[in-house]
Amino acid sequence: MKLLFGRPAGLTDINQRYCPGCGHGIVHRLIGELLVEMNIREKTIGVAPVGCSVFADEYFNCDMIQVPHGRAPAVATGIKRTRPDCMVFTYQGDGDLAAIGTAEMIHVAARNENITIIFINNAIYGMTGGQLAPTTLPGMRSTTSVKGRDVVTQGYPIKVCELLNALDGPYYLERVAVDIPRNIIKTKKAIKTAFQYQLDNKGFSLIEILSMCPTGWGVTPVQAKKWIAEVMANYYPLGELRNRAKEAK
Amino acid sequence: MAEKELMYGNHALVEGVIHAGCRFFAGYPITPQNESPEYMSIRMNEVGGVFLQTESEIAAINMLFGAAAAGARAMTSSSSPGISLMQEGLSYIAGADVPVLVVNIARGGPGLGNIAPAQSDYFQAVKSGGHGDYHTIVLAPNSVQEMFEFPRLAFELAEKYRNPALILADGLLGQMMEPVEIKGEPIDPKTLPEQDWWLTGCKGREKRVIRSYDLRPGKLEEWNWRRWEKYQKILKNEQRYEDIKIDDADILIVAYGTSARVAEAGLRIARQKGLKVGLLRPITLWPFPSDILSELSKRIEDILVVEMSLGQMIEDVKLVVEGRSKIHFIGHPGGGLPNAQEIYNKILEIRSKK
Repeated sequence: MKLLFGRPAGLTDINQRYCPGCGHGIVHRLIGELLVEMNIREKTIGVAPVGCSVFADEYFNCDMIQVPHGRAPAVATGIKRTRPDCMVFTYQGDGDLAAIGTAEMIHVAARNENITIIFINNAIYGMTGGQLAPTTLPGMRSTTSVKGRDVVTQGYPIKVCELLNALDGPYYLERVAVDIPRNIIKTKKAIKTAFQYQLDNKGFSLIEILSMCPTGWGVTPVQAKKWIAEVMANYYPLGELRNRAKEAK
Repeated sequence: MAEKELMYGNHALVEGVIHAGCRFFAGYPITPQNESPEYMSIRMNEVGGVFLQTESEIAAINMLFGAAAAGARAMTSSSSPGISLMQEGLSYIAGADVPVLVVNIARGGPGLGNIAPAQSDYFQAVKSGGHGDYHTIVLAPNSVQEMFEFPRLAFELAEKYRNPALILADGLLGQMMEPVEIKGEPIDPKTLPEQDWWLTGCKGREKRVIRSYDLRPGKLEEWNWRRWEKYQKILKNEQRYEDIKIDDADILIVAYGTSARVAEAGLRIARQKGLKVGLLRPITLWPFPSDILSELSKRIEDILVVEMSLGQMIEDVKLVVEGRSKIHFIGHPGGGLPNAQEIYNKILEIRSKK
């Protein structure tokens, strides 16, 4: 019997613990495929965060390190400066990157550090049970904003790509989503572009991925996909915000 | 005799770090250790190493985590408030069994405190300053010569046991000048053998993972007990100290670092007056030199602990002595310094009550 569809060699055989309908599995698969397709699995070092994707160190079939909450960009900097020939990526959620790790995020981008950040924006803290995230939309309910995010007392969400786009440092910033196949294909292309820029020593890339969290949002997986298209992508518009390669032309 | 060079403590530290084959520094400015990163930025450039001025001490310690995990001898230097910020990272590094070197040129605290030399970070250094059960190896230099020598020793111990190491000095040791003898050949980092846990990209081998967590029932307990076994080896094999005139002593001073330098001066006055005073200077604060102190406490009735703090190491002294000797104390918290006359006077007072 011929195997037509299987797990890419860039992922391990371990069963992932993500909830049904979660976007992490899709993004993991895209990265796992690219590790093989770009022939970089054996030169890649991945940095796993704290949050739902803490177990990414088990799931990716390449050298991995699991690090303190928010500090992945700093750890990645230490790795990259020590092994500039390795491909170094961090995999971070919104709480990790845009709340506790804001300083590390801004400064790694300002340094144009030659690494790639894969940023999963699902507008909620998944691992800890659905609390308000720095990316939770105005009016959106969470376990710490049960009547919906009140911007008067809880402030406004952070648009990470737009924030980093104010800096001179970053080489490539793009926001994508994994709600429908067309967007998933675009997501893979964006990650591939970021990895290629790193291999070409171009510098810092961040790919922000709008991703479903049906458990945290209290909806079905199908409703979650619809919500990304109908609500979330309106607040966080998809598209390329920065690409120095195109500016240079 | 080898040629000696007059150096600042903070500069000697940098030369010692480069000499030890370290080519990765990340750090954030803080007084009284700024001479180290300033000089380091020049020296790392000269030797082709990495110098990173970071956005915070939190970033610095995590850069060390990454660099050391990728196989670099990596270090940072800071001072008390900055070292506090590093405790989360140190806990992860200790929990992941990764060797790094952290230097604390300690200053008066708590809080912003002041920038005067202090020894009030002893508890934080030796009792695991971050969360969880762990220990860092702690070396306490008391001269500019040792500021030069201890980075190499610290890296060797850290790598031998896959454990973070600290050098605990203070602003006085960092900013005073003394002659330094450059001992031994400098280490070429390219000659350091690759370790089987380094993250290098998994070419031709299984993937490697560096982590500090294990959620499987019972596994973290097992892992911690294995680390405990490592700590027992360190406690058994790595106690280091200097002793001065202990053979006939009936009063023993216990002091480390700058306090030990002052205590030695006090001891000299006392000896000139015919008083039998000895000095035990812990060089490793963890592992604390318990074996020698335990032996000495069996025959010496009075022990004087001198610290630039409210009294921190004194607790370890009491634990070791187990009530066999009377413990006396001179303490100067908040950046205060002891002086030789004060120590001599205290010895006279102890003597008069014998």
